[in-house]
Amino acid sequence: MNVTAVVFYVFAAWAVASALLCITRSNALTSALWLVSTMFALAAIFVILNAQFIAAIQVLVYAGAVMVLFLFVIMLLNLEVVPHDWKRWPVWMLGLGLAAVLGATLLPLRNYTSDRLAREISNLPGAVNSNLVFPREDSALAVAQGAVGHIAQPLFQAYLIPFEITSVLLLVAVIGAVVLAKRKL
Amino acid sequence: MDTRLLLGPTLVVSAILFVLGVAGVLVRRNAIVVFMCVELMLNAVNLTFIAFAQLHGVSGQIMVFFVMTVAAAEAAVGLAIILAIFRHTQSVDLAHINLLKG
Repeated sequence: MNVTAVVFYVFAAWAVASALLCITRSNALTSALWLVSTMFALAAIFVILNAQFIAAIQVLVYAGAVMVLFLFVIMLLNLEVVPHDWKRWPVWMLGLGLAAVLGATLLPLRNYTSDRLAREISNLPGAVNSNLVFPREDSALAVAQGAVGHIAQPLFQAYLIPFEITSVLLLVAVIGAVVLAKRKL
Repeated sequence: MDTRLLLGPTLVVSAILFVLGVAGVLVRRNAIVVFMCVELMLNAVNLTFIAFAQLHGVSGQIMVFFVMTVAAAEAAVGLAIILAIFRHTQSVDLAHINLLKG
């Protein structure tokens, strides 16, 4: 167990604990702040997993912009804090039970090894070349391009059309939010 | 250390976060908190994408980029809907949103 693994487990525990507090606090404002804490921990994990650019926009866009929007709406509505109604415990039990079933289905993923997906695809009828679907990373090229350039090149070449469609989506969201939130147009 | 060895633990953390998000959506009654739990689920999926991006190329990170954009758009429109609902019922408690109940 070296330093990287220790740091990873610290941030993983931080993320899970914050998420747990986020879903259990009765005050929506406290929940939102714990969610911000989860997102910071996730950004740290992204850095450990060699996704520095994504970690930066996780903090800027998610913890910054999106969560500020949430806090803004919570404060705008000025809701009174409703304590948990313990008479609803059957609902909690049912919800947590369903979530536990889902968790039990997802946890076997920990046995995933690095080449399993590539191997499964190469075993498909019609034999796709797994090297075409998942090209090997050229780490020397990645270092030469830098953290941003490494993402920018496929983003503006192979994924150019989805990228442009995303800008239309954001325009739709802006217009939709104004139409919905405005009292009278 | 080769961080690809962290794939298994990362997937476990991602699964736990996703399950916590699902539990929150199922049991909470405050519409805004339910919405935040959806964001938590999106973050868990992003973590999976990042973990696999180490093995299968940078496309995973680009997918996270798109997920974040869609999440931002969703948050803007969703919170506007919650504002409209609040104006209608003076509450964001999901139990009070029962217009379709016969």
